[in-house]
Amino acid sequence: MTDSMNLAFITSEIFLLVAICVIMIVDLYQRDKERMLTFALTQITLLVLFIIDFNQLSQERVIAFSGHWVNDHLSGILKLSIYAISFIALFYARPFISHRNLMRGEYYMLTLFSILGMMVMVSANSFLTVYLGLELLSLSLYALVALQRDSKLASESAVKYFVMGGLASGFLLYGISLIYGASGSLIITEVANHYQETPFGLIGKFGLVFIVIGLAFKFGAVPFHMWLPDIYHGSPSSITAFIASVPKVAAFGMTVRLLVEAFGQSVSEWSTMLLIVALLSVAFGNVIAVSQSNLKRLLAYSAIAHIGYFLLGIVPGTAASYSAAMYYIIVYALMTLAGFGIVIFMSSENHEYQKITDLRGLGRYHPWYGLMFSIVMVSLAGIPPFIGFWPKLEIFRHLVINGYVLEAVIAIAFSVVGLFYYLKVIKEMFFAESADSPAITSSRSLKIAVSVNCILLVIFGLMPDNIYQYCLQAFQIAG
Amino acid sequence: MIEKLPILSLLIWLPVFGALLVLFGPGQKHRNISQWLSLLIAGATFLLSAWAVTAFDSSRYFLQFVEDTPWIESLNIRYSLGVDGFSLPLIVLTSLMTLIVVIASWNNVKMRSSHYLAGFLIMCGLMNGVFAATDSILFYVFWEAMLVPMFLIIGIWGGANRIYATLKFFIYTFFGSVFLLIALIYLGRQADSFDIFAMHQLVLPDLEVQKLLFFAFLISFAVKVPMWPVHTWLPDAHVEAPTGGSVILAAIMLKMGTYGFVRFMLPIVPDASMAMADVIIVLSLIAVVYIGFVALAQKDMKKLIAYSSIAHMGFVTLGLFISFSLVSGKHIDAAIMGIQGALVQMISHGFISGALFLCIGVLYDRMHSRDISDYGGVVNTMPKFAMFFMLFAMANAGLPGTSGFVGEFLVIIASLQVNFWIAALAGTTLIFAAAYTLWMFKRVMFGDVANEKVASLQDLRSREYIVMIVLAVMVLGFGFYPAPMLELMQPSVEHLIDCNLVSKLSPEGMCS
Repeated sequence: MTDSMNLAFITSEIFLLVAICVIMIVDLYQRDKERMLTFALTQITLLVLFIIDFNQLSQERVIAFSGHWVNDHLSGILKLSIYAISFIALFYARPFISHRNLMRGEYYMLTLFSILGMMVMVSANSFLTVYLGLELLSLSLYALVALQRDSKLASESAVKYFVMGGLASGFLLYGISLIYGASGSLIITEVANHYQETPFGLIGKFGLVFIVIGLAFKFGAVPFHMWLPDIYHGSPSSITAFIASVPKVAAFGMTVRLLVEAFGQSVSEWSTMLLIVALLSVAFGNVIAVSQSNLKRLLAYSAIAHIGYFLLGIVPGTAASYSAAMYYIIVYALMTLAGFGIVIFMSSENHEYQKITDLRGLGRYHPWYGLMFSIVMVSLAGIPPFIGFWPKLEIFRHLVINGYVLEAVIAIAFSVVGLFYYLKVIKEMFFAESADSPAITSSRSLKIAVSVNCILLVIFGLMPDNIYQYCLQAFQIAG
Repeated sequence: MIEKLPILSLLIWLPVFGALLVLFGPGQKHRNISQWLSLLIAGATFLLSAWAVTAFDSSRYFLQFVEDTPWIESLNIRYSLGVDGFSLPLIVLTSLMTLIVVIASWNNVKMRSSHYLAGFLIMCGLMNGVFAATDSILFYVFWEAMLVPMFLIIGIWGGANRIYATLKFFIYTFFGSVFLLIALIYLGRQADSFDIFAMHQLVLPDLEVQKLLFFAFLISFAVKVPMWPVHTWLPDAHVEAPTGGSVILAAIMLKMGTYGFVRFMLPIVPDASMAMADVIIVLSLIAVVYIGFVALAQKDMKKLIAYSSIAHMGFVTLGLFISFSLVSGKHIDAAIMGIQGALVQMISHGFISGALFLCIGVLYDRMHSRDISDYGGVVNTMPKFAMFFMLFAMANAGLPGTSGFVGEFLVIIASLQVNFWIAALAGTTLIFAAAYTLWMFKRVMFGDVANEKVASLQDLRSREYIVMIVLAVMVLGFGFYPAPMLELMQPSVEHLIDCNLVSKLSPEGMCS
């Protein structure tokens, strides 16, 4: 079904834009230092968006706006997870930013703008729309990182992020322009049709390489990972939690649109590139994380490793393996959010607890939070029955089914290395001797948010079908 | 009505949820309540498992108490449980040893005792799950999940070098089991189901594939057993673990490795196992002889018993793999004997090593030392304790009349049918075990009272009595009258030999 200018297909995007404008004006007239109303309106907006999109979920695939826009199961489900994870992330952010003089309306505005960018990204059906969404997302994130302007570290990472992100966008854009030159179209379906009929020329291959590099840059996969630990480390923790989780989900949507839908007929052209990048990420990320003593950097390197596992799900090039990758990235977003949630949770008004050794004695003096944080770590390590295990199982299953047995063995062997540094965190919490208890000054809402986030990891771990069914639906596989 | 109960689910979830109750219920301030609650839960679990034995029909090899519901439908993973003659004795062993650990740590563990007890209860449920699961992914989930409480128990309540030991333990065993996961995924793909018994029916025509699967299984199970040369985590973990941790580690966790051999390796890849049987036999003999020497040189009592465990587990793997040459040589009776001997050895070693670690725990509680040289003449101050310790030491040496003798004897008889020298080397264990166990016993117990600390020792307390008597009854009972245990296992062993050890290279000759 094609309908050119029917605005009904972008209801949620329009709603969000209107809501952003309203919140901006409301925020102008707010005297409340805590910005309670802004916060509430933001969260309500996300809830309403969730409801709108949830009701549209069962619709069939629609292409609109002269082929530039697509609404399908994939975009619907990705958007739902973006709303849900942002919702939790904003709960984490509130107490943190209010202590650090970051409690401004812009924080919420920029977050919402980046969400809008992500929505455009996952619903894009042309290279131009993808790029539009990506830039909207990236620019909001650069600004978010730079929000703490009196901090040297944050300003430095904002500049780094901006330069590196610009470079990545450049690569991507260059690749897109080459593909446009070769195929004569920017619409993804038309590009796919073009390459179904004509073989891949040199220009096409060239373009594809640049697109893959651009994506790898955005994901922070090895060898394009150098920026990631610095940015994660330098940004204010609540913003790190956001940029480490939600945009990854949107980037998955972008990957599917750019690689799978546009070049789905020639999987072999890009899967080897992805395989190399993925295995390198798994190896480097896990090995380097071992020597980290800062929790944020540790999580950053673990992010690189996880991106490697996730990319391994895209490598086999079957619909079922894409749904496994989607499952992985959604679960990962949930887990890493909880991971940075720990950092936010431990931070008090004038001190940032970031070193792993700062967690010392937590298990002894605050056993409940020790338990919660152990769940996060064990889950990230992929130990059953916690949720991190199931997407890993699925990724490895599809690798083995499609004949990548050796690659699966290598990847899984590195997960043993990964286990070591996650256990190191648990070790500090439970085993290390400590004279005094680490102070917990967090507000009650943060305590609830962390506990809920962690318990979700257990519940979804015992009933992994709940999320996976939707991922299978997104790729039209009967669950 | 009781027949309708989902008995296996209860055996798994009663201790787990009970542990949550202990963990979040009474709290640290009411130590008594949490202790009695744990005792109640562990006791109920044990009674349930004992009832399962009486209700078990030991004339058939079929799975019993079967439960089967879909769990993760999109992955075709089912929550399916069932027990046969291999797994039921191990479940009873698990429940009994947990009960014993709960009693033995009464008032002993001063720091956060409710967390300690809850850890053991959770572990009991998860280990029962390992033995009861008949879906391979469910098995894997329990298999891995069980590492977490053990990791915490060694890490929090262990000795001075506990962090090194517990990390080594976790990473070693995790490294092994990831290969198991790949093998299970591959088999699940081939069989189109993750059911273990569907995997048993699988025809694997390519011997090379079978060998790869064999090695994947071998890495994961051999680490757990542990076989030489991947045994080095065990002495460290044992030495640093608290008494209860050592008991569970030796009595049950090691058995999971050999249970994996029986449940996965032998039935699923029999041709590769047959081709590689000689390698395993050599490794087992190395474990028996070389580790016997190593044990002789130990100065630390716990380390000595840990090495003796490795040597005794070598007997189990020997008994399992000697059966291949016996089956191909048509010595079916001897093959049955070998496997039965291995299984009996698993159970009996559970009692004996558990008992020995408890004995060392009794001494350690009083003296805070595990060094043999710190002791001497303990018999003068603790005569009753000396009697029990003597019994278990003798059982460890394989004295006839104790359960330690039955398994070793069966395995030696079976291997005699194959090759005299295998039997002869295996037989040296009787000498080695006697040497290192009794020499340790002599140095610790006999002679003049070594120092003032020994002179002021108190003999067994009443709860220690209970534990010792229960274990002594088990060791002597199965030593004099092993028939009930053998009968329980017989149909399953026969089925294993008739149906599962036949070649899987072609569909011919496979039982349906």
